[in-house]
Amino acid sequence: MSTAPQWKNPVVRWVDERLPIFTYMDHEYNQFPMPRNLNYFWNFGALASIVLVVMIVTGIMLAMQYTPHVDHAFNSVERIMRDVNYGWLIRYIHMNGASMFFIVVFIHMFRGLYYGSYKAPRELLWMLGVVILLLMMATAFMGYVLPWGQMSYWGATVITNLFSAIPLVGEWIVTLLWGGFAVDNATLNRFFALHYLLPFVLVGVVGAHVVSLHITKSNNPDGIEMKGPQDSVPFHPYFTAKDSVGMGFFLIFFAFFVFFAPNYLGHPDNYIEANALVTPAHIVPEWYFLPFYAILRSITFDVLFIPAKLMGVILMFGSILILFILPWLDTARVRSAKYRPIYKYVFWVFLIDCIVLGWVGAQPAEGTALIIGQIGTFYYFIHFLVVMPVLGKIETPLPLPASIAEPVTGGGGGASAGAAAAKMEKS
Amino acid sequence: MADTATSPETGDEDAGRRDFLALAAGGMGVVGAASFAWPLIDSMNPSAEVLALSTVEVNIDPIAEGQSITIVWQGKPVFIRRRTADEVAAAKKGDGEDLRDPQKDGDRVQNDTWLVMIGLCTHLGCIPLGQKGTDPKGEFGGWFCPCHGSHYDTSGRIRKGPAPTNLPVPPYKFVDDKTILIG
Amino acid sequence: MRKAMMSAAAAVLMALSGSALAAGGVEVPEREWSFEGVFGTYDRASMQRGLQIYKESCSGCHSLNLIYFRNLTDLGYTEAQAKAFAAEYEVQDGPNDEGEMYTRAAIPSDRFVKPFPNDNAARAGNNGALPPDLSLMVEARPGGANYLYALLTGYADAPAGTDMMEGMNYNNYFPGHQIAMAPPLSEDGIEYEDGTKATVAQQAEDIVTFLAWASEPNMEARKKMGIKVMIFLIVLTGILIAVKKRVWADVH
Repeated sequence: MSTAPQWKNPVVRWVDERLPIFTYMDHEYNQFPMPRNLNYFWNFGALASIVLVVMIVTGIMLAMQYTPHVDHAFNSVERIMRDVNYGWLIRYIHMNGASMFFIVVFIHMFRGLYYGSYKAPRELLWMLGVVILLLMMATAFMGYVLPWGQMSYWGATVITNLFSAIPLVGEWIVTLLWGGFAVDNATLNRFFALHYLLPFVLVGVVGAHVVSLHITKSNNPDGIEMKGPQDSVPFHPYFTAKDSVGMGFFLIFFAFFVFFAPNYLGHPDNYIEANALVTPAHIVPEWYFLPFYAILRSITFDVLFIPAKLMGVILMFGSILILFILPWLDTARVRSAKYRPIYKYVFWVFLIDCIVLGWVGAQPAEGTALIIGQIGTFYYFIHFLVVMPVLGKIETPLPLPASIAEPVTGGGGGASAGAAAAKMEKS
Repeated sequence: MADTATSPETGDEDAGRRDFLALAAGGMGVVGAASFAWPLIDSMNPSAEVLALSTVEVNIDPIAEGQSITIVWQGKPVFIRRRTADEVAAAKKGDGEDLRDPQKDGDRVQNDTWLVMIGLCTHLGCIPLGQKGTDPKGEFGGWFCPCHGSHYDTSGRIRKGPAPTNLPVPPYKFVDDKTILIG
Repeated sequence: MRKAMMSAAAAVLMALSGSALAAGGVEVPEREWSFEGVFGTYDRASMQRGLQIYKESCSGCHSLNLIYFRNLTDLGYTEAQAKAFAAEYEVQDGPNDEGEMYTRAAIPSDRFVKPFPNDNAARAGNNGALPPDLSLMVEARPGGANYLYALLTGYADAPAGTDMMEGMNYNNYFPGHQIAMAPPLSEDGIEYEDGTKATVAQQAEDIVTFLAWASEPNMEARKKMGIKVMIFLIVLTGILIAVKKRVWADVH
């Protein structure tokens, strides 16, 4: 199936014998076997890598024009918007690209949750994905500080202050992060340095994510392994073609925001230069942080000996870190929600919970919104810590198809379901 | 993605798929990538506020005969020298010599007294010496570039050394007797 | 499942972005603007009138720091007209050869001249309130152009029982309703160079159009390019769908 190709071109052959990049590319992106039943939700990994490249390229061009100094940062961004050739285009792509990156990655993650893509043997693949999410969040947060608008400044102040919740060393850590006694020039400079560095770290982790994917191969909507050539199609041209279609639709969506609603996902306050003496009336993070922000703010009471402030921080970080152990929290024998009659609905409840938390994150932290946020936060953790372990034990999965190529109708009877499920666990 | 994937050299069955549609898609992909690349590249060109500063007015009244000043135009030094009669004569005499970059002194100045030129050696961009009275002026009494030893005459023409061409003359005009506008 | 997930994704986006946008500000009535929509452009005549209002009514207190005189060609003026407009202002330059700062007539590459040398001087000259810079005013306020229009036309007598603070004016749309800025526009308060009747509504529309341009001078270029990019991407996607169908024909 994956025979090493004979390269006809002598230059290609000369290089390949010494550094097998052509053989590698052929193996991993040409002949590479993909499950034939993937749906369009499997486009989003490729889309995320496209956005990453777009972000790095536009970011490098912006860095050539940007000045990381508190006196010049805001005006240097406006100079990019007004005087640099196509500067407005590059900045709007970069600014909206951050949102696009999160949209794509969130869909990519929820696809993984629905089809059980985090389950053995893909645990490490999933964990690398969580590292990618954390790196993205850090990068996005620091990038948002760079224009040095009001939201940049106060966002930076609020988020760095999270670390002051850590007992004993908290204040010390915050001063260290700031390089001063408030968010100031030193902070802006180091955020710029790190905002430029982290995307390249991200590229490295994405590389590991992809290598890991190519070891375990893609999961698929049925959640069963490929058993032979009849279950797969080669990556090229089947998935180059299919990913390209997804890319086309995605670029239309992206371009719509860049050209016709470039500030829709942003906040007007960030067009006011940072002012250390005036806090905006209503601070909200960028939309992709809202659910986590809601979790942070929902803890208004001390839990045992832990003060409310620290508990909020612990839960906010915990809400992401818990994803690392999800592969072991989920005890189900089958992967895909398609064959899990109860989880199928539980998934949607969880998704709605996340959306509700996002809505709460944008509201002032008081009244009904606060209570809804507390319920939402509670359920968020219950979903992972109680529902996932228990449901896997009590739920009876539907019969799995015998193979990807043979749909469930061909596979037949309930008797084979357990056998198929057992088989899956071994693979 | 389609246009970045390597096409296989193995097997011929793929050739059939390279039909008009795939060609059109690939072609459009290349056009799209190029149209995305152009704004990125063009953003490195001088921006609007840099272009807006492309002219500078200089008051030349205080410059005495035999004196030079250096002003900055578009980030580069511009030499403005009020030449002595001897220097003008030497420059005119140079017209008949064997020059590497033949140019008449009359073509390099608008007014024999005033020599205006960009003070960057045409070899590798150092600033030649000769603006101050105490500077070495080279074998031809004009300017001397200390980096790699280029000698320029009193018209700013290259006479000896590695530089390929004369010191360039920027666009300028006399606004009145005391002021020139460069750019 | 697919459709459900698609619509859920759309719902997430709508819910989150919508709520982010709705944060803060007062409900303001919607108006129609020349620069709205996919094909919207700034109304040149309105912008030119707006410039006149800025010059005669606003520039005494409000700066416009991000705009250069050379930008006025965007309003439909020639370079010579922009130069003549600039020459009416004096800017400080220097130091000269004697080491002194001196003033000279402004040139197109200069920025608009500030009314006050710094923020403290501006506060001192305005009863302690700082008149904000207007360069990004339309982008920097929730509601944008609609809000500014509502604010400029929203002055009213304070309802009975309102406890007005010293030197404040009542405004229907300003958050908190008490604004330090006195009503800046009045009926026939300005004589338009082009003879348009200077109602308050007309003046508000003109100055807001001018400020919308000041906030985003490249909007027209952005939309023009956007239409081309959209057409290109839609055609490309159509072809990609056809290619994909062809490629997958033997699998399905």
